[in-house]
Amino acid sequence: MSKRSEQFVPEPERFEFSENPIHKFELARRDFFHLLGAGIAIFTSATHTFAGQETAPQSKSFHPEELPNDISAWLHISEDGTVTGFTGKAEIGQNIRTSLAQTIADELRVPFESVRMVTADTTLTPFDAGTFGSRSTPSMTPEFRRVASAARDLLVAEAAKKWNVAATGLVAADGKVSDPASHNSASYGELAQGKTLSQVLPADDPTTPPTQWTVAGKEIPKVGARAFVTGAHQYTPDLRLPGMLHGKVLRPPSFGATIVSYDDSAAKTKPGVTLVHDGDFIGAAAPTVHEAQKALDAVKVQWKEVPQISNRELFSYLKQNGGAAGSDKHPIKRGSLQEGYAGAAHRLDATYTVEYIAHAPLEPRAALAQWKDGKLAVWTGTQRPFANRDELAATFHVPESNVRVIVPDMGSAYGGKHTSDAALEAARLARAAGRPVKVVWTREEEFTWAYFRPAGVIEVKSAIDSDGKLTAWEFDNYHSGKSGIETPYVVANQRVEYHAVPLVLRSGSYRGLAATANHFARETHMDALARAAEIDPLAFRVKNLSDPRMRAVLEAAAKSFDWPRKKTTDGQGFGLAAGNEKGSYVATCVEVAVDGKGEVKVVRVAEAFECGAIVNPDGLRHQVVGAIIQGLGGALFEAIQFENGRIQNPHFASYRVPRFRDIPEIEAVLLDRKDVAPAGAGETPIMAIAPAIGNAIFDATGKRLSMLPLAPKGVET
Amino acid sequence: MANPLQLEVNGKRYTVNYPGDTPLLYVLRDELGLTGTKYGCGEGQCGACTVLLGGAPRRSCQIPVSAAAGRPITTIEGLEQNGKLHPVQQAFLDAGAFQCAYCTSGMIMSSVGLLKTNRNPSAADIVQGLQGNMCRCGTHPRIMEAVLNAAKLSREPQP
Repeated sequence: MSKRSEQFVPEPERFEFSENPIHKFELARRDFFHLLGAGIAIFTSATHTFAGQETAPQSKSFHPEELPNDISAWLHISEDGTVTGFTGKAEIGQNIRTSLAQTIADELRVPFESVRMVTADTTLTPFDAGTFGSRSTPSMTPEFRRVASAARDLLVAEAAKKWNVAATGLVAADGKVSDPASHNSASYGELAQGKTLSQVLPADDPTTPPTQWTVAGKEIPKVGARAFVTGAHQYTPDLRLPGMLHGKVLRPPSFGATIVSYDDSAAKTKPGVTLVHDGDFIGAAAPTVHEAQKALDAVKVQWKEVPQISNRELFSYLKQNGGAAGSDKHPIKRGSLQEGYAGAAHRLDATYTVEYIAHAPLEPRAALAQWKDGKLAVWTGTQRPFANRDELAATFHVPESNVRVIVPDMGSAYGGKHTSDAALEAARLARAAGRPVKVVWTREEEFTWAYFRPAGVIEVKSAIDSDGKLTAWEFDNYHSGKSGIETPYVVANQRVEYHAVPLVLRSGSYRGLAATANHFARETHMDALARAAEIDPLAFRVKNLSDPRMRAVLEAAAKSFDWPRKKTTDGQGFGLAAGNEKGSYVATCVEVAVDGKGEVKVVRVAEAFECGAIVNPDGLRHQVVGAIIQGLGGALFEAIQFENGRIQNPHFASYRVPRFRDIPEIEAVLLDRKDVAPAGAGETPIMAIAPAIGNAIFDATGKRLSMLPLAPKGVET
Repeated sequence: MANPLQLEVNGKRYTVNYPGDTPLLYVLRDELGLTGTKYGCGEGQCGACTVLLGGAPRRSCQIPVSAAAGRPITTIEGLEQNGKLHPVQQAFLDAGAFQCAYCTSGMIMSSVGLLKTNRNPSAADIVQGLQGNMCRCGTHPRIMEAVLNAAKLSREPQP
């Protein structure tokens, strides 16, 4: 395994929701076997795992809540040989239900089909801070390898005891332990029979290196896929309980509005309807959504609104209030900028802006809540089930052990489902109604009352020498965040700083966090510098790089794209961009066509991606292609319009996302580094598409666009 | 109380008591328990709620239940016959044409509708036919592949 911890700065981010509750492992061992039946169970302690990992992040920059203080993964082998892996991570479409099962099958030496995963259930699964930060693969893969390896050792030891032979000669393969000398053989299920053996991982067990993987690394189809094409899979909005009511919430007219007067005399008379007014919360539960809405419509409320800033003054506000929410405790300062600028052949300064965008997961926020004997169960699509549990417990003043949060496999999230809003609403209404209540947000609620990828202003000042080498680099990010803020290029003299600004709109994680904004500014700027130096953009980047992994993705993307290409038609343009973040590397080449009216069509994308050893190439291709397409929306046209605390475009008719007509020809080149531990892949592949498109638009039109979205109404010609 | 309405869904007859202007989507999901048809926007913009009404793909969130009464409705649950997937379902499964899969029902229903009127669609025809269906995970290229394969499957004589 290669060392890459020095490159790895996980989540130095303000916008990854990161409250820090105190956690306890509450499931006693005997309860565990009571739930699952007899067998063999292996538990791993996460703290220990992280200490043993070469990719261990430096503690100073790591969110402490991502290091659970007790058990972090476990595995159970039942008497019928069924293997169950337990993780607090959630399946949100990123395919961990399949890829983690592959890892377990691989290490335990069982057929893939005999492994099932239990995910994101606060009663059944180990504590987990949340499914974000591209951590599922890098954190859970080694842990499941270690539990599976320990389980295999335990099974071999059981067989050795049974046959009264030495364990060393025994072979574990295909769900069995066998003894080549005596031809004895026993299935894992037989060996687990009648046992309630549990073990917390002992010392480090060696695990199987990627070069010897047999089930991992393969294109195994998604688990449960048939239920997706038949409509049988149930997402949270699809769940029903006997006696269930539908809940609706009365939303204020603008952000931060408070209730001045409340009159529900007209609504209260309706039979079968429960109305709740609690602080600034007003909600209704009724047998149908329609009836709940009607009850709310009959409530008369006077609101007090507060004036707020709007799109048009956003960027000047961010710039003027830079640092007002805290200054950067770890700015990067290297060398002497004065020296860097002295004798520069070219200097280039520019300002870049990024608008707010929405996640718009197709499954809206939803929750189904049920109270029974003072205990609360909530089914909800969230990336942070344990944080949701804690918030529910705190809000309703019940012990955490009386709250269970269960996450059905989700209709995606992209970083947008960290909060417990819908869960709190459903639980509040269910408590009042004395019956289960389901709340499903409308699209308008989703666009308005969720949270956004933060907007930002980025200023770059730079210089290169006559040879085209960077000599000075200043980079100031106002508000959008720190992820991916550090340049991967070699510059002796630099200053890189983040300036926190008080929130304008509710903001949080979004696939890639600020790495998209920071890469957009940096890679657009690099392109402009290459033009100034009259050097090919690819050659210019390579000239300023020392990281071989970054060079490898750039070269792979360029090869697939056939860079540099000659223009053959009017309006054609080519651009590229690259970057690294969260232990993985991306390079993207783009061809655009800009027509006479200035409309931009992305014609072709070739993207190379490297995230260490590949666990499932099929799932990875999905992530990479999906990130390119999702990134195309934020690059070209997505922007939240807001005025005085109101979202002006809370509908798909006015908030444009990529559709079939927008989809380019896409080549995803996946570099498999068997010598590097697997990193996550959910985020980094989105980072380079926006600057690559912008650079291609420049190539096509000569117009340097410095804002995201680049061309919501086309390029002005 | 509203007058009872007669619905024919997936070959079965149902009598429902809903105000006639209730969107068909809510009746399918909340009354008949056919939750394979998804709510995505309620505005006819995302296609997640697509069903076949009289054989044509329609957004069930935009159809008042009274307008659907008396006409055959097919939902995603009605495609599979005797344990055998519809060729479009099979093609989606074979291509792995989903990530979170929340859009999948609507994509499949729109594709079934498209192939009913165009047995041999070009890539451009599919883009046109699915333009009203959104996928936020970015699975579009595989969905295109699946629909092209489904067209091929549908044209082959069935054993």
